[in-house]
Amino acid sequence: MSSLGTDADDPRIVRRGLAVLRRAIRERPRAFAVALAGATLYAAATVGSSLVLGAITDRVIVPAAETGATTVAAVTAGALVVVGMALAKVLGILGRRLGAYHMQRRLEADYRLRVTQRYTRLPLAWHRQHPTGVLLANANADIESAFSSIAPLPLSAGVLVLLGIAAVVLVAIDGWLALVALLCAPLIALVNMRFNAHVRRPATAAQQARGDVSAVAHESFEGGLVVKTLGREDAETERFTVRSEGLRDELIEVGRVRAVFDPMLESLPTLAVLALLVTGAFRLQAGAVTSGDLIVVTYLFGLLTMPLRVIGYLLGDLPRSVVGWDRVQRVLDADTEMATGETILRASGPAEVATRNLDFAHADGERILHDVSLGVRPGTVTALVGPTGSGKSTLAALLVRLADPSAGGVELDGVDLRELAALQPSAHTAIVFQDTFLFDDSVRENLTLGEPRSDAEIHAACELAQVGDVIAALPDGLETSLGEGGTSLSGGQRQRLALARALLRRPRLLILDDATSSVDPAVEARILDGLREANLPATVIVIAYRRATIGLADEILVVERGRVIGRGTHEELLARLDVYAELITAYEATAA
Amino acid sequence: MSARTGSTDSMGTLRRGLQLSPELRRGLAGTLALAVGSTAGRLVVPVAIQQIIDTGLFAPSGVDTGRVIQLVLGALVVVALAAVCSSFMAVRLAVVTETALSSLRVRTFRHIHDLSTLHLAEQHRGALVSRVTADIDQISQFMQWAGVSLIVNAAQLVLATVVMAFYSVPLTLVVLGVFLPLVFLLRRFQRRLASKYDLVRERVGRMLAVISESVVGAEVVRAYGLGQRTEHRMGQAVERHFEASYSAAKISVLMSSAGELFAGFATAAVLAVGVWLGLAGRLAGAGEPWLGSLIAFLFLINLFVAPAHLAVEVLDQAQAAIAGWRRVLGLLDTPPDVADPGAAGAPLPEGPLEVEVDHVSFRYPRQVVHRDTSAASHGRAGAAAVTLVLREDEQGAWALRDVDARIAAGSRIAVVGETGSGKTTFAKLLVRLMDPTAGEIRIGGVPTSRIRFADYRGRVVTVPQDGFLFDMSVADNVRQGRPSLSDDEVRSVFAELGLANWLSTLTRSVQTMVGERGGALSSGERQLVALARAYVANPDLLVLDEATSAVDPATEVRIQQALDRVAEGRTSITIAHRLSTAETADEILVFDRGRLAQRGRHAELVDAEGPYARLHAGWTRKLDAA
Repeated sequence: MSSLGTDADDPRIVRRGLAVLRRAIRERPRAFAVALAGATLYAAATVGSSLVLGAITDRVIVPAAETGATTVAAVTAGALVVVGMALAKVLGILGRRLGAYHMQRRLEADYRLRVTQRYTRLPLAWHRQHPTGVLLANANADIESAFSSIAPLPLSAGVLVLLGIAAVVLVAIDGWLALVALLCAPLIALVNMRFNAHVRRPATAAQQARGDVSAVAHESFEGGLVVKTLGREDAETERFTVRSEGLRDELIEVGRVRAVFDPMLESLPTLAVLALLVTGAFRLQAGAVTSGDLIVVTYLFGLLTMPLRVIGYLLGDLPRSVVGWDRVQRVLDADTEMATGETILRASGPAEVATRNLDFAHADGERILHDVSLGVRPGTVTALVGPTGSGKSTLAALLVRLADPSAGGVELDGVDLRELAALQPSAHTAIVFQDTFLFDDSVRENLTLGEPRSDAEIHAACELAQVGDVIAALPDGLETSLGEGGTSLSGGQRQRLALARALLRRPRLLILDDATSSVDPAVEARILDGLREANLPATVIVIAYRRATIGLADEILVVERGRVIGRGTHEELLARLDVYAELITAYEATAA
Repeated sequence: MSARTGSTDSMGTLRRGLQLSPELRRGLAGTLALAVGSTAGRLVVPVAIQQIIDTGLFAPSGVDTGRVIQLVLGALVVVALAAVCSSFMAVRLAVVTETALSSLRVRTFRHIHDLSTLHLAEQHRGALVSRVTADIDQISQFMQWAGVSLIVNAAQLVLATVVMAFYSVPLTLVVLGVFLPLVFLLRRFQRRLASKYDLVRERVGRMLAVISESVVGAEVVRAYGLGQRTEHRMGQAVERHFEASYSAAKISVLMSSAGELFAGFATAAVLAVGVWLGLAGRLAGAGEPWLGSLIAFLFLINLFVAPAHLAVEVLDQAQAAIAGWRRVLGLLDTPPDVADPGAAGAPLPEGPLEVEVDHVSFRYPRQVVHRDTSAASHGRAGAAAVTLVLREDEQGAWALRDVDARIAAGSRIAVVGETGSGKTTFAKLLVRLMDPTAGEIRIGGVPTSRIRFADYRGRVVTVPQDGFLFDMSVADNVRQGRPSLSDDEVRSVFAELGLANWLSTLTRSVQTMVGERGGALSSGERQLVALARAYVANPDLLVLDEATSAVDPATEVRIQQALDRVAEGRTSITIAHRLSTAETADEILVFDRGRLAQRGRHAELVDAEGPYARLHAGWTRKLDAA
């Protein structure tokens, strides 16, 4: 895969790709220096080994063949020099490849850290604007792409050195031989570049087709129940066959391009050696070169062929590098985290929450909240009630500073959230969402989130969240690992675990954002009973649709289209607010 | 390597894999012949050099340019022919391999759908997708790249040895003697590398999990102030991954430089022994020139290094391919646990269907996630090598015990119970997504295992809780229930269900694209489309699973009304989460811990002692209780 939608022939891409490489070298100069030194040593040893072979031919073999005698010393010396050259090459390879590998992996690690650090610091609004898949790719595949061209970089640089030395040696030996050799070298590079250009389209298309195959398979398996119960297996197989054959055709096309270029690239060096031998024959006849010289030139060219292809690889990798780099840079350049103040809250017990003239609009200008002013007394339970999309969840998010309002402010214990020191909001509040994220870790770690908590505390929180039995039934209890490849829990069980997680932190403000929607009504009733009886030292705000959940509240706020249109007790609202009456009696209406 | 289960097993897998795709053998003889031909190109150079040096450059009469040109032209022809062979071989391989593997991919895909939904459980879906993608890609890579190299390099090794032996047997033995230790050395390195790659893969997994924590869990990380903890975990995971992959790199670099070192040893040995042999007159006939033979040998040595290296790499890829094959075979070997009786089946009677549940018990087989590490090679990140194994011998707990009930044709039944009471399992058995462990369900008097799939799927339809939609238009999704419907007919279906108003709120009516998993619609709207899809299938027995997740009351009312209309005139069994559904049903089945605990009408059950009264109390908690 050389590129995705970027034209490698575009000189700007090459220039920008080189800029990425320069940047990489600046960040990891020592690893690069080691790699470059290794590559240079390798180049020198390669030329050296052919020179040695020439010298041995002229000084040992030819005299031996002609006179029929040689000294043990001369042969031993020759053999030792050959071994020495091989050792030098090995050293060169070690330095070059380890240096390059270190540089590449180190940069990947550094950038992974930088990118994920941005993720934990950028506001949630930014997260919402970017699909999860893209963000995951930014931190992984895109970083790998960005630095993919580092692997062939030192060797390519080494090849340039090698070509330089080889050219000098060749010219010194004989001009004509040098001319033939130096004409062949660019030819190989040229064919290689043509290959890259030809294979790009089918290779890109194959990559696309592979994605299609995978997407169709994923969707089809995900909808397996529908496929099965509606008897759609044949139709789905047909749909998949079309994609699979699309992929097959592109892969065959890639195979055809390779079939044309690979044999060409492989036989070109052979042809060059043959050309050198013919030229050499005439030069030898003319007495311009010795047989040793001819051996040097032929052998040297035989050794040059593989490195020559490397420059082609490097150029082919550059566009991919640029695309990856740009994607990663978009994350790193994203403007910054929310500013924090310095105030530290000392209060304990239930928190007091208030908002004044709160407005909130999304980046695209869509207004979610208008002029919301409310006060919640410490220790009370408040329910936010309203239709889907009325702004309840946004309001909840603002209350714990998951986002900042466009205008107005939120106060916790009378202090504006923006004046609080970093981590202060999360130290005093806890919010439980409808969708529960579980960490790839043990149940215990998922509950404590790394803070020291006694088993007794954990059990108490779990009992309150009605999740104690669930955990007891797991194979390893609290130590059972969750997440990918671990035990899977149902939606309701996950929600209860998340609730226990929040309770364990003993928040002074607890917000439940439709946090028990997947829990059975009977279990939910037990949770609500428990919460009420536990008499939590917390102010509680619940967002809910169910009557029973709303019944938990001391006071109810009715939200519609981003405005608070009423507040009071259930009876008061039922009596004077039609919207509320409609909402709350919907179940009864459907039952009628 | 930890999971290598012996070469005989690997060979068995390879053999079965090849049997699975007989297309792969098409034209194999021709391909092999082309491979031998293409190898000739590499051998011609050393031979030509020897001939040119001995008979052209150092001919007794001095340099013979005519002879040199003659030899070079001959070599040119051979090289060109070899290139043509190689090109044809590559095309043949690409066509044969990709065609065979595409059909294998389709077969595997179909087989996955034929397996019961137990295999399609959410947590294994990624693994199933990689069965039809990554696993087969691995086989493809092996067949095309490694397969070719294996053939070409084996031929190269054999032919090079023959040519060397032709020049000098003693010198050939010297070269072989030097390279033999290299082969052993590379094998040892390769084993260590495999175990390092295992470690790398494990750490990649951990790293990806933490990366996803910072993205998927962004909300929790923020709300709970876990930023530093996540950064710390990330730092650790990244560092540990770096260490593992760098230490694997060291071994792989040692491997590649070992070849260079041994080539140096071989060159030195050939020079020393060769000069001595030459002087002794044993490299060519006595008094004949032997310089060319010696130089040819030096070129031939390089032909030895490449195969030794590639052999190791090919072994590596072969293992990956065999692991891929093993996983695909493992899947194809799993017999569909719910089989279509086909022609042996019995027809269903016309009209609404009666359901008899005859002492039915069910327990899920324990699902074992088996992490296959035999794909160790290449340490490819995230290549999900997880195989789902359903072990019948290790049964889980009973989900249903001895349920016995008769449901009259045309009645409206509500099924209620707490989470884990077995009501969803009951629904799955009714639509035969699984078969009972004991007992029998009869629909219209026919045992479910004897109903032909073609009948079953048309007459018995379920609307699952989360109405899954395909990434197509609303109309195309509805057509999944009856493909012959036109767009206008789909529109009138929505009208019949009382949803014309809702449809008019969609920007492009029935042409509206619903997005991935129906994501462009709200969860309530998705359910409406799923209902319409079930409705057009015109089933005689409808099994509904009500959604539990909250939607706003307006949508709620719409769904309820649509549900009522869909259920009209059929037998309907609803897994009820809402009190209202149970209250209006002809009969309520109350499940409690896998057993049918109570049955009867709402009025009878609500005041009786039992689980229904408890559930009812939970639902109707009085508001003033707060």
